[in-house]
Amino acid sequence: MENKMKREGAVIFSEYQRGDAIKKAVSIGREDILFELKESKLRGRGGAGFPTSTKWMLTAAAKADKKYVICNADEGEPGTFKDRVLLLEYPELVFDGMVVGGYTIGAKEGIVYLRGEYEYMLKSLEDYLEEMRKDNLLGKNILGKQGFDFDIIIRLGSGAYVCGEETALIESLEGHRGEARNRPPFPVNTGLNGKPTTVNNVETFASVAHIVVKGGEWYRTQGTDKSTGSKLFSVSGDCKKPGVYELPWGTTVTELLNIVQAENTKAVQVGGASGVCIPKSQFDRKLGYEDLGTGGSIMIFNENRDMLHVLKNFMEFFVEESCGQCTPCRVGNTKLLEGVEMIERGEYTFGYINKLKELGETMKIASKCGLGQSSPNSFISILENFKEEIFNNGKGGKH
Amino acid sequence: MEKNSLSEEIEKLVDLYGKERSSLLPILQAVEKKHKYISDFAQQEIARVLDIHPVEVFGVITFYSFLTHQPKGRNVVRLCQTITCDILGKKSVADAIQRELGIKFGETTKDKKITLEYANCLGMCDQGPAMLVNDQVYSHLTPEKAVEILSKIE
Ligand code: SF4
Ligand code: FES
Repeated sequence: MENKMKREGAVIFSEYQRGDAIKKAVSIGREDILFELKESKLRGRGGAGFPTSTKWMLTAAAKADKKYVICNADEGEPGTFKDRVLLLEYPELVFDGMVVGGYTIGAKEGIVYLRGEYEYMLKSLEDYLEEMRKDNLLGKNILGKQGFDFDIIIRLGSGAYVCGEETALIESLEGHRGEARNRPPFPVNTGLNGKPTTVNNVETFASVAHIVVKGGEWYRTQGTDKSTGSKLFSVSGDCKKPGVYELPWGTTVTELLNIVQAENTKAVQVGGASGVCIPKSQFDRKLGYEDLGTGGSIMIFNENRDMLHVLKNFMEFFVEESCGQCTPCRVGNTKLLEGVEMIERGEYTFGYINKLKELGETMKIASKCGLGQSSPNSFISILENFKEEIFNNGKGGKH
Repeated sequence: MEKNSLSEEIEKLVDLYGKERSSLLPILQAVEKKHKYISDFAQQEIARVLDIHPVEVFGVITFYSFLTHQPKGRNVVRLCQTITCDILGKKSVADAIQRELGIKFGETTKDKKITLEYANCLGMCDQGPAMLVNDQVYSHLTPEKAVEILSKIE
């Protein structure tokens, strides 16, 4: 693996010292933290984009003897690796954000749910937490504030993509199969062990740390009206400079392609396997909730890539990762994959392919959790946007 | 004799992680790590001390791809099969590993040294192709480099 590096960016990768956010939090109090968060208009960085201040307010308002702060570090979306960079290079942001979360909602326990694939980080993260304890940034009466107790433990996942879904993650933490729960109730009221729980993405906590220190208004100076602040993009595939980039929301795909030095780009998959694939004609679109919302995975494909092959890889992924709990997702993904294989062999009819697209639309509505609700996205967008290549290739559909 | 030591081991794990249902995964992970699988006997013992049905334990094991109820090799090698690693040359790496080890994906070498598997995206897409050897990650693989890494494991 490559060494740690110093990165620069307007928000996440800007100046920050360990403990800054916690010190500030203690001095301004809960109400003000919630106010700044609201001002910042920060939305959850996992992909769903739920306003963070609302989530925290609901958990703070819930009455219970115990509450939890969970950091969702089960980054499994193909093409995403920003959490890896944050946890390895900026643990201060993530952990400080969690401590501020505990202070704000009144939780004493924080849990990082770290994907099993990232077990190699465990030691360094635990050492880091130990240093925080020594500095009284974790533990009892944090920074001398009476009654401000909070500690963090790390729990490992065991190789299940669906555990990135917050209710599946909670099931997993409780010692069950990671199967999504019905909602409501929502975790903010009935989460881990039935207690109010706020589950946030790694990048969300990192953003919170900066917002608490520098203010919501400062945060809003970046990005657009509906998508404030900056975003970490994990860029991979056909480009000279893959990696993690901090860019303001509103950056166009073309701008991003230039920054990472991508040439002869044919397609960009925005949001990973569960996102959409756009062709060249749409590269002027903007990254942001108002247009192309994303958890940050950007995969680049150049002219030499076979888009049907790309699609097949995505569908194989979903067939493997579906938890199998609900029929639209379990059967639907298998059908979509079969459809791709039929096209590959040249044994399809357009009538059937259109039926499969309709099936995809049904899956989006009828599936129980985010996996089945988003898995048809790549199927539909790749078959729509790369029709020419896939169906009119002079080979009768065969590849 | 061996059974007793496994029981003891499981009881120690329960002391460490607690008797609650939520300790199940860490306990299973620890057993998997040490023995490379969770035997029927281990499953029953875990069920007994946590006071849950063995079928529950089995159900959890089968759900997670990193937990297994059948013996594996001493080392588990997982090559990423997801798209970025795929377009960056996964296939030639996979072919080279299979040739060198004389097994296919999903199989274990005769000397029980290595079990070879595919994994989905490992979060190393900017440095693909990537693989995990137990919990260590290796990136920017070439066929030659991958084989060399495997030749060094014990
Ligand atoms: S949508 Fe898929 S992953 Fe989600 S609950 Fe249904 S079967 Fe499981
Ligand atoms: S695609 Fe292989 S590590 Fe992400």
